[in-house]
Amino acid sequence: MQSTTITADTSKPFGRKLSNTLYRKSNLFLFLLLTPPLLWFGVVYLGSLFALLWQSFYTFDSFSMAVSNDLTLENYHSLFDATNLDIILRTLSMAIAVTLACACMAFPIAYYMTRYGSRAEKGLFYIAVMLPMWASYIVKTYAWTVILSQQGILYWCINHLGLSNALNHVLQIPAIGGNTLATSNLGRFIVFTYIWLPFMILPIQAALERVPTNLLQASADLGAKPAQTFRRVLLPLVFPGIVAGSIFTFSLTLGDYIIPQLIGPSGLYIGTMVYTMQGSVGNMPLAAAFTVVPITLIFIYLSLAKRAGAFDAL
Amino acid sequence: MHSKNNQNQSSAPIWLKTLAYGGLVFLHFPIVVIVINAFVAGDGGSTHFTLRWFHAAFAREDVMSAIVLSLKVATVATLLAIIMGTMTAAALYRRNFFGKEAITTMLILPIALPGIITGIALLSAMNILDITLGFLTIVVSHATFCVVMIYNNVVARFRRMPHNLIEASMDLGADGLTTFRFIVLPQLATALLAGALLAFALSFDELIVTIFTAGHEVTLPIWLLNQLSRPRDAAITNVVAMMVMLITAIPIIAAYYLTRGTESIAGSSR
Repeated sequence: MQSTTITADTSKPFGRKLSNTLYRKSNLFLFLLLTPPLLWFGVVYLGSLFALLWQSFYTFDSFSMAVSNDLTLENYHSLFDATNLDIILRTLSMAIAVTLACACMAFPIAYYMTRYGSRAEKGLFYIAVMLPMWASYIVKTYAWTVILSQQGILYWCINHLGLSNALNHVLQIPAIGGNTLATSNLGRFIVFTYIWLPFMILPIQAALERVPTNLLQASADLGAKPAQTFRRVLLPLVFPGIVAGSIFTFSLTLGDYIIPQLIGPSGLYIGTMVYTMQGSVGNMPLAAAFTVVPITLIFIYLSLAKRAGAFDAL
Repeated sequence: MHSKNNQNQSSAPIWLKTLAYGGLVFLHFPIVVIVINAFVAGDGGSTHFTLRWFHAAFAREDVMSAIVLSLKVATVATLLAIIMGTMTAAALYRRNFFGKEAITTMLILPIALPGIITGIALLSAMNILDITLGFLTIVVSHATFCVVMIYNNVVARFRRMPHNLIEASMDLGADGLTTFRFIVLPQLATALLAGALLAFALSFDELIVTIFTAGHEVTLPIWLLNQLSRPRDAAITNVVAMMVMLITAIPIIAAYYLTRGTESIAGSSR
């Protein structure tokens, strides 16, 4: 009996034998499957990240404008200079403001489409959120430079509604103002909020989808006012979804370097700082040290988010 | 906020409906502006509908070569991502082992970390290795963040696929390749296609990472960025901007319909 199986086995074609071996030795199969992607990500991607980190310890000589391989902590030290700290805080406060605004705008949209939308309406909302989310980043930004410009549609509307005085008053407020909408922090804030809003809507919608309607009905039946149900029942259940969305809005705002160049006042952001340090200045070590700031902030944020259960909501 | 009566399908309060549809209008307002701008010509005060800027855009060599380059990059990067994404999905969907979490995190990292970090990291590595920037370096950078799009779609499909189909096929005498070709691939097909469409759209639009890895090559998003400092060329820019939007909208809608009704919907996380 045994000999027949063996002879049968040898008569099988190579492909069959290989399949049998791979099926039995599933670890070998796993290894073969994972090797190419792991090599790619391990060598190309992680390798690059480590190369970047390593360079943040190099020395930049500001007289000769050259980088030498002497290791130093000077770059990290200079992150705490007043100007650099200013850049970090400026970017961080924008990221927080944009995240809050996105959450406030996304919730009603997500809530309406989950609770009240008919099947067709849900599909419409879904596509209507996906399309702007995937539409080209640079095209959307370009559209906003057109909209916010002084010859643009927004100024036209404001002037025709007789609101130009009100706008001027808003633009005089120190923290958000500027000469025009396109060069104000308000304008930059609007564009950031616009660009990342869809990334907030979809996770909130997914979290809302998982909230059983009868919980809300039970809460109402037990005498809770709508506001109480919202605060005590709905919000805690949806919170992980909000945090999941905020990971995107926070991280994407923190690292952006195109929008701060095109819209808003001239002060540098983390992204624009990294870009100019690496590009026109050639100070790769400081640029590398600066990238550690968003990485650290995002990892702190991710660990907080993990505690809030956001990863199950992604 | 919630229904006062116990019916499931009560109608929404008017303020909620207003906010929701207002949000949609906000999301589409810039897109509408781009589309209108592409068709409207302002000649000394009078505005009218015209197609002449489309002609002018197609006649421009820099526009055409940017489009061709972006299409080529997106195609090659998507193919690479399909291979690696499918392999990773096939390896991970039924197995649990030490380091599995680390691998999935690593796949997400290129889109979770800000693009500037991925971009500058790849650039610094390429500088160290003395690699000339160009077509290949763009492809490498794009493939890195496209893998996760394929992986997400394919792994969801793998999980819903009954494993005994594969066992039955092998029992009936098919070898691994035949099983893959006739059993696994047909079931994966729509998920693969949806993932590929998303990866293609993602690569076609990518700007943040590309700026670092492109060297002197000009992809379509880079071309658009350069155009922003040429306001006199705005008419051409408007037309190209609209075309870019169209080229990415089609795969996104297609991917949505391909995966509709399945547990994971393509593109819901970017």
